[in-house]
Amino acid sequence: MNRKLAGLFIASLFHRPFASLLSLLAIALGVALGLAVQLIHGAALDEFGRSARELAGEADLQVVGSREGFDESLYWVLAQRKEVSEASPVIEVEARLPGRDRSLRIYGVDVFRVVHVQAALVPQIDEGGDRLATLDRDTVFLTAAARAMMDGREAFEVQSGVNVHTLRIAGAVPGAMAGQAYGVMDIAAVQQTFDHLGRLSRIDLRLAPGVRREEARVTLLDLMPPGVEIRTPEASSGEIMALSRAYRVNLTMLAAIALLTGGFLIFSTQWLSVVRRRREFAVLRALGMARADLLRGVLIEGGLTGLVGGLLGLVLGHGVTVLAFELIGGDLGAGYFTDIRPELVISPAVNAAYLALGILAGVAGAWLPARDAARAQPAVALKAGSAEGVVQQIGRGRSPAVLGCLMLAALVCQLPPIAWTPVGGYLAIALVLCAAVLVLPGCTRFAVRLLDFGRGVLWRLARGRLSAIPGQAVVAGAGVVTSVALAVSMAVMVSSFRVSVDDWLSKVLPADLYLRASASSSTGYLDASALAWISGLPGVSSLTPLRAQTLRLIDGRPPVTLIARDVEGGVALPLVSVAAPEKGGAADGEALPSVWISETLVDLLGLAPGMRLDLPLGGSRVGFRVAGVWRDYARQNGAVIIERSIYLELTRDDRVNDVAIELTDPGLADEISVALRSRFGADRIEIARRDEIRALSLAIFDRTFLITYLMEAVAILIGLFGVAATFAALATARRGEFALLRHLGVRRREIARLIAFEGGLTAFAGVMVGMLAGGAVAWILIEVVNRQSFHWSMDVHVPTLGLALFGLSMVLLAACVAPLAAANAMRQSAVQAVKEDW
Amino acid sequence: MSTTNREMSLRHTFWGGLCSIDGTVYKDVWKRMCGTLRNEVFVALWRLLAVGVLGLVSPPGAIAGGATDETSSTRADAYPEVMKGIELSFPRDHGAHPDFRTEWWYVTGWLNDTDGHERGFQVTFFRVRPRPENPGASRFAPGQLILAHAAIADPKYGRLLHAERSERLLPPLNDIGLDHTKIKLRDWTLAWTQVDGVTGGYRSQIDAGEFALDLSFIPQSQPVLNGAEGYSRKAPDPKLASYYYSRPQLLTHGSLRIGAGEHVVRGLAWLDHEWSSEILPQNARGWDWIGINLHDGGGLMAFQMRGEEGKALWTAGTHAMATGQQQTFGPGEVRFEPLRYWQSPRTGARYVVEWRVHIPQRGGNLPGDLRVEPLMDDQELDSRRSTGAIYWEGAVRLKDGNTGAELGRGYLEMTGYSQRLDM
Repeated sequence: MNRKLAGLFIASLFHRPFASLLSLLAIALGVALGLAVQLIHGAALDEFGRSARELAGEADLQVVGSREGFDESLYWVLAQRKEVSEASPVIEVEARLPGRDRSLRIYGVDVFRVVHVQAALVPQIDEGGDRLATLDRDTVFLTAAARAMMDGREAFEVQSGVNVHTLRIAGAVPGAMAGQAYGVMDIAAVQQTFDHLGRLSRIDLRLAPGVRREEARVTLLDLMPPGVEIRTPEASSGEIMALSRAYRVNLTMLAAIALLTGGFLIFSTQWLSVVRRRREFAVLRALGMARADLLRGVLIEGGLTGLVGGLLGLVLGHGVTVLAFELIGGDLGAGYFTDIRPELVISPAVNAAYLALGILAGVAGAWLPARDAARAQPAVALKAGSAEGVVQQIGRGRSPAVLGCLMLAALVCQLPPIAWTPVGGYLAIALVLCAAVLVLPGCTRFAVRLLDFGRGVLWRLARGRLSAIPGQAVVAGAGVVTSVALAVSMAVMVSSFRVSVDDWLSKVLPADLYLRASASSSTGYLDASALAWISGLPGVSSLTPLRAQTLRLIDGRPPVTLIARDVEGGVALPLVSVAAPEKGGAADGEALPSVWISETLVDLLGLAPGMRLDLPLGGSRVGFRVAGVWRDYARQNGAVIIERSIYLELTRDDRVNDVAIELTDPGLADEISVALRSRFGADRIEIARRDEIRALSLAIFDRTFLITYLMEAVAILIGLFGVAATFAALATARRGEFALLRHLGVRRREIARLIAFEGGLTAFAGVMVGMLAGGAVAWILIEVVNRQSFHWSMDVHVPTLGLALFGLSMVLLAACVAPLAAANAMRQSAVQAVKEDW
Repeated sequence: MSTTNREMSLRHTFWGGLCSIDGTVYKDVWKRMCGTLRNEVFVALWRLLAVGVLGLVSPPGAIAGGATDETSSTRADAYPEVMKGIELSFPRDHGAHPDFRTEWWYVTGWLNDTDGHERGFQVTFFRVRPRPENPGASRFAPGQLILAHAAIADPKYGRLLHAERSERLLPPLNDIGLDHTKIKLRDWTLAWTQVDGVTGGYRSQIDAGEFALDLSFIPQSQPVLNGAEGYSRKAPDPKLASYYYSRPQLLTHGSLRIGAGEHVVRGLAWLDHEWSSEILPQNARGWDWIGINLHDGGGLMAFQMRGEEGKALWTAGTHAMATGQQQTFGPGEVRFEPLRYWQSPRTGARYVVEWRVHIPQRGGNLPGDLRVEPLMDDQELDSRRSTGAIYWEGAVRLKDGNTGAELGRGYLEMTGYSQRLDM
């Protein structure tokens, strides 16, 4: 096609600047959101992976245990193996910093061993410092980022249990990656200071020359005590990938839906533009333009919109990313990467891919209209009124297709997740949206029949038009349907989730007061003497101590949380299913102790109530019977609960992370808090009332879903854009009709009302279908997508009033937007407009 | 350097022992940390030997450094003091003395392979108690450190092959015996093995990748106690001293591997065992020491502490004759005189590679005028990567100063020529 002809098509974009701009914006938003999610998460993951690799250094294999570590004697065993050339023991703690809201990771290393394996953990004594500082019990070496945290101080305090130790900063960790905040100490010093005598968290191994990694791994596997893994350093970055995969995939899918909505918008504006220019095209064809050229011309319009929108999206996406790094960090509010300070990396491949997506959305949106324009017979198209015929065509009933889509959707919902991703669920959502758009004409007719009341002329005119030309509803309503479906499904899912979380919180937080020395991953804890002291306080009626640990149950997955507390036979848990009572007199004569597992483990380990589960406890495997399944929204990687008395017996570990305190009178909470603070030190413990924890948890919940609320708003905006663009274009095409009405004595204001009715009716049909589709999508999100990505169930809760209000305002907004958008067309004089048609 | 290169060179380095290095990375990583510790040993050694005649000049308080209130006490959290009149008792005193601050077993010698090729070797194991305080209850507690150096002087290479290691005491990985000489630093060992009731010997196995040795050392005489019955003073202050004995004329046999070349070797070696606690004044620049196996079956040990401009601050020596008689030389009786210099192309340090050594004539069978000549000039040991020190440690011949006749072979050690040891 020559340049002049291409210019002809491109110029048409400028003839409808409003519609073009909206399509462009929609594409830009879709591209920007998708890109931002990808960039932010990619950067964070990348950073995490790199730091994991750096910390692993030159290790060929890593032996890793749970948070509490494993018996250090394994080091002596491994160091003497002939396969092993260098072994470096590491003990890792999250040291609580009293009075600060963050902890500091400290690696305890054997300075003589670490130099052979992990350059990133090699301490360097400050100029002029004591030469033996690397071996001292009270010295710490900080990375640049960690030292920056200490504001130039030469020493700082760390907490172990409820005691505080002072550490002197004696030097740096020059091998650390920029931005990584951690400290390095002597291994003996960490074991002693943090009460981890005899424990190691990790042993990094370098293999003797000629020893194959996989063979050595298999050989050494037999030496591993229960709960200790031996793996390649790459596996640890795989672990964090697994941790955040679900979240990342879900966000990317949301971005894809935004892009899809943008594509719909292009479709509707492009279609209407084609309809309006029908005669123009006919003239071009009559003048000798080839069918293919016409097709290409319309596609170029869509593609160009996609290109410009995509470019704008790239800029916007990077802007959003930078802003997100500044404001909320690299985890989009999900809390996975709090220690990571990622940097924006501009990748040409990713940019090209998202730009291509934008163009694709534009071209795909223009495809059907272009094909239609090219097919039209010039002679027929030149005649007036033919535009209506095309719209009519779109409105054909497609019940078999709708049924097919829905059945297929039901089928793919049954698929298991592929690579931990609920592919079937997302496919089903796409199919449901597709069915919703296809069913729209039929529904419009149904809606019109449903609204068979009122005798106003305009009202009847509007209804008549819509039932006669339901295609108009498709074009105007497709955007509304998708955006409403998206918004409704999100609303239903989030509200179900929130209500379920709220219920869950009240079940897991029954006590009046909660006390802890630090988060369970950190080094603060309470011991038996502290517990005894607390239970002796006047006003305290009972204590429920809780010990949280981690266990390595599943290879290649992050550790599972072990909770040891008094469970009262499971009564105190938010159970979703329980095992049938065990038959008396089991064959082995010995009843296994009970374990309650979270839903995640049901999916990951294929467990069910009544089955046996072995847990690595106290250095050996201990058999348990799954007594029930409980709902856990806090620990995505899975959690098991056992009775604390059994835990004590098996491990002799009497430390406690959290204590739930029941008071004789809830009014005593403040008094007891004061007593606790003065006993243990205000900055060494955290005390929270039930309602405080609950409020905090819900606040975190809302923050996590902030991005989904944002995307919902965007989707609704796009939907409204769709209505406006459609009516603007339709009105232009219907100038003749409006002129005729004017000629018959209908006033301009009344025509505006007619359009408002039509807009409202169209939106009503769209909202109705959208609501239904949204309900279906919500069900898929809750039962398939969430279940497969996060492994948790929730009770469905539909926010009826909110949705009704939302639907109503969508209809009203559409009714307002439609005449506004059509205003331009109505302004024309009646005579001139009627003339045009003759 | 790219990451891959860096990893490869590191790997190569660690596999290949500590010599075969692409220096840059290694230097950074290694020096950064281990070095600091070994430096401590080295400095302790140096301080121990770098005796202060200057102690006379310094105010007494400065000699003991900051340890004035601890060194003299016998508290459990203090280092014991080296005292005159303590009788050494063997074999117990062949073993370790973990209460003292530093201790080393130092074996040097000349080896002949079956082709008649001559090489020198050195194997040193150090034990350090880094802090006098109780190290704590952890099994990893760094209460004792073990370090080792090994080097081969082969004229074919024209320079030293050198390797080193350091670890904390972590039995059985890194272990040390109390009843007799027995030191294990991962797979590097030096230990006494009793063959039968009468005979026995030391055996040392070192595999540094680039070179390896497995040598047995059979003593032919009783240990030679240096100084006053093993109490070896290093300065006018009697507290500045060590327990020190030597074992000259060790019959040596075993195998030596350099690169891929295996050699069956025989020769004569010398073992020094010394332990002490004292921190000595810093105002010496370095020292010169020789330990020579004489062809007549005797042994000669002599050292001088040097101050600024090469001035001798303290000297001493022991001549053990094949007859079993022994001459001990006190301060001022031994004199070291430089004859020829060699400048290191790597560090620019200028060493005295030929010495004239004067010993007193008190009816011994050695001439009073002796010459020390090196097996090769370049026996400089650049351990800036590890101990931070540059020194010269090499095989030498002892000749009659007048006739030029070879009287014996042994080792010469010179420190403090490149730079003053970094304190």
